[in-house]
Amino acid sequence: MTKAIGKFLFLTVLAVFMAAPLVIVAGVSFNGTPRMNFPPQNVSLAWYAAFFSDPAWMSAFSLSVIVASLASLAAVSIAFPIAYATWKYRSRMALLLESIARISFLLPSIVLSIVFLVFWSWLGHVGRIEDTILSHAVVFVTLPLTTIGLGFRSVDLALVEAARTMGAREGDVLRTIVRPIVLPYVVSGLVFVFILSLNEYIIAYMVAGFEVETLPIKVFNNLRMGFQPTMCVGAVLFMLLGVFAFSAVALIGDLPKLLGGGRI
Amino acid sequence: MKFGLEIQGVSKVYGNQTVVKDVSLTVPRGQFVCFLGPSGCGKTTLMRMIAGLETPSAGRILMNEKDITKTPVHSRNFAMVFQALALFPFLSVEDNIAYSLKLRNIGPADRRARVRELLELIKLPDIGPRSIDQLSGGQRQRVAIARALAQEPMLFLLDEPLSALDAKLRDHMQVELRQLQQKLQVTTILVTHDQREAMTIADTIVVMADGVVQQIGPPTEIYRKPANRFVAAFIGQSNLLDAVVVDRRHVRLGNSVTETGAMPAHLRDGDAVTISVRPENVRIVRNGEDTANALYGRVGFVRDVGDHIELRIDYQGRELICIAAPAEWAGIAVDEQVAVHLPIDACTILAN
Amino acid sequence: MRLGLLLSWPTVSLLVLVTIPFILLLRISIAPHDQSGMWSPGVTLRAYGTLAEPELLGALLDSVELALAVAALSLGLGFPLTYLITRMRRRIQVVWLIFLLTTLSLSDVLIAFSWQVMLSKRIGLSKIFVALGLMDEAASLTPSSGAVIACLVYLVLPFTVLTLFPVLSRLNNDLIEAARTLGASPVRAFVTVVVPLTKRPAVIAFVMAMVLTVGAYVPPLVLGRPQHWPMAVLIGSAALAGHDLPRASAMSIFLLAATLLLALLTARVARGRVRP
Repeated sequence: MTKAIGKFLFLTVLAVFMAAPLVIVAGVSFNGTPRMNFPPQNVSLAWYAAFFSDPAWMSAFSLSVIVASLASLAAVSIAFPIAYATWKYRSRMALLLESIARISFLLPSIVLSIVFLVFWSWLGHVGRIEDTILSHAVVFVTLPLTTIGLGFRSVDLALVEAARTMGAREGDVLRTIVRPIVLPYVVSGLVFVFILSLNEYIIAYMVAGFEVETLPIKVFNNLRMGFQPTMCVGAVLFMLLGVFAFSAVALIGDLPKLLGGGRI
Repeated sequence: MKFGLEIQGVSKVYGNQTVVKDVSLTVPRGQFVCFLGPSGCGKTTLMRMIAGLETPSAGRILMNEKDITKTPVHSRNFAMVFQALALFPFLSVEDNIAYSLKLRNIGPADRRARVRELLELIKLPDIGPRSIDQLSGGQRQRVAIARALAQEPMLFLLDEPLSALDAKLRDHMQVELRQLQQKLQVTTILVTHDQREAMTIADTIVVMADGVVQQIGPPTEIYRKPANRFVAAFIGQSNLLDAVVVDRRHVRLGNSVTETGAMPAHLRDGDAVTISVRPENVRIVRNGEDTANALYGRVGFVRDVGDHIELRIDYQGRELICIAAPAEWAGIAVDEQVAVHLPIDACTILAN
Repeated sequence: MRLGLLLSWPTVSLLVLVTIPFILLLRISIAPHDQSGMWSPGVTLRAYGTLAEPELLGALLDSVELALAVAALSLGLGFPLTYLITRMRRRIQVVWLIFLLTTLSLSDVLIAFSWQVMLSKRIGLSKIFVALGLMDEAASLTPSSGAVIACLVYLVLPFTVLTLFPVLSRLNNDLIEAARTLGASPVRAFVTVVVPLTKRPAVIAFVMAMVLTVGAYVPPLVLGRPQHWPMAVLIGSAALAGHDLPRASAMSIFLLAATLLLALLTARVARGRVRP
């Protein structure tokens, strides 16, 4: 009995720790006044209206979405052939590429931001949206590599062989057997890169921060000038996007399995 | 009974599901007992409660007259061999066997001696330094048994440990396990769904179904005198025939009245009952040879497997299985008319 | 042939976007500084010379201390949390995973901002501390090392959980139960069975927490005291305010080397211990 209570307390305290900043920021966003109050006073959606009617916030938001969408497509376009070649041909080249691709995710992000700053400066190309997109694509490529690799590995070879005995050619097998199994994993990979790119700050700031002001960059710039309730609206929006995206992943696929869990 | 395990009215409830219902039984010291039943009958849960891995919802468990219901697992000194064996993959064979000895602070020299002794016992003296994944299935089996025996347990529990082995190796291990138990005289409980396994090694079989004990007894008694329809059907092959009590010595089977053995006292004339007869006890006679107490039928199916012939006889819409000797019945064919004789002492009358 | 075609795009993109940039980092770190914020041709060790400044060594020490504290806290909280999550019913487990993934992906800018709001004078937390008698009057709890550590643990904890999740969800209960029937108390069973089975991923989670902490730029900048700014903040200002890319590159390589050393040391320490 005491064990159950201890367990419950531990989980509750951690859940509160993880939820508190989010809850408070969300609460503050509903204030009727421009002051920072919690619980909110004169509850209103005024700051949401302000956020969505301010062209500066809207452009930061849409820039973030554009960068994240293209970065996730680019990351998958790099990861998919590698994962496929590893599965289909057990190619050594693919394994080598995979380890190169995984390195960047394992480094301190401040170092990565300098690496990319140096690289784009060398090309004389600083401050373009492509810089942010491509930098994010290679930093986060390890995520679709993992999910798509998992997808190919979950294709039961017996299914492929059964299809072959029923007269399916290689292309038919890919279309009818492999595609439906792997597709949810590809989508998960896209979602993971999209959400992480959407939220990434330091690399985006270093390679193009002055010209390509994504939402995290705009929040950070405003932070230095003092508190503004519209920043809370931006934070709430991104939280909701995260919850929505990962819930979608849980719905189309097996989230515990995607994260490497066994059993259950 | 002075020494051994005693289970008193033990139940286990998960949510609104009762997995073990009011089980009482005793396991005398030195006995080999099998819990036998289909999967989901509660036998494993009962064993886990004995081991201390589950807590009973009701009832008491006593060992040598001491209540151990609330004793933690590690203080019980009961060894258990798990279905998946649960050998520690990060330890060598000898470290696996020595695990419980280290916990009991036994010195390295004594430990080594005991490990050597156990490896001799399982007839694998040279595998000590190997890692677990270098072992074959049968070797792992033996190592798991040796590891459990290292602590000289008061009670030796085995949860279907042989089910993963192929048929031949399983047969071999059953005999070996029985010999080992007789040599060590350790009180042993084996959980199994394999009635052949239970018949081979147990002193006493506890048949379970739906969380309830159906019958407790020696293998031969369970086989020859099943207590109810479930036991008769689950243990070996059985002919279960619907019948009606005519009087103290006769039942009506279809259109014929047949003489039977002892009628349970609580049955009255006119009660519906089930007659259970083992196929090897059904005698067949060619038409005309012996007509006393006989049922007349037609051969519906013949399976000659060499050392015996299995016949399925169609009798008034019922199917009777019987085993016949090849010497006498080789060449018997479908559609032959035969008479079937049910020996009085081979029929068990079961109340419905 | 088909394989070559298939892998051409990944090869080119990774070569251009990963290999070349890292070689460039090494090259620029030994290039002379140029007033335009770029660099000029030639070779000099000037940038590496500046690494010995006491201010930088202090910042490196701050980075290391922060990394060890955050990694220890994250593992200490994350291990039991992950274990409990893997034993939950599937639906509750999925809710926790979605929650953790959401906080994991949330921008460090937004998280640092949230913590700043939460620790500010006006909002609850200091008032709660006053009510509990821990503080005399409401005050801002930033900037402080505590705030930086809390925020970084918040950032790192989801990564710790997701690193430990695979091994803990596969952890075979049979092995723990076997140890218990062999006479191990719950604590002994944990030390002799769970620890050896999970040591590798736990070390990986610890190292990952250190890498994330060492690389974090925004939280210490927003929530920390300037005199305790770690390397990451100084690297950022060398590049952004100082317009000195060779120096920023050299500092990055220095930080990378220090992190690698720290990771190797952790692995070394972990290997030495734990036997039943």
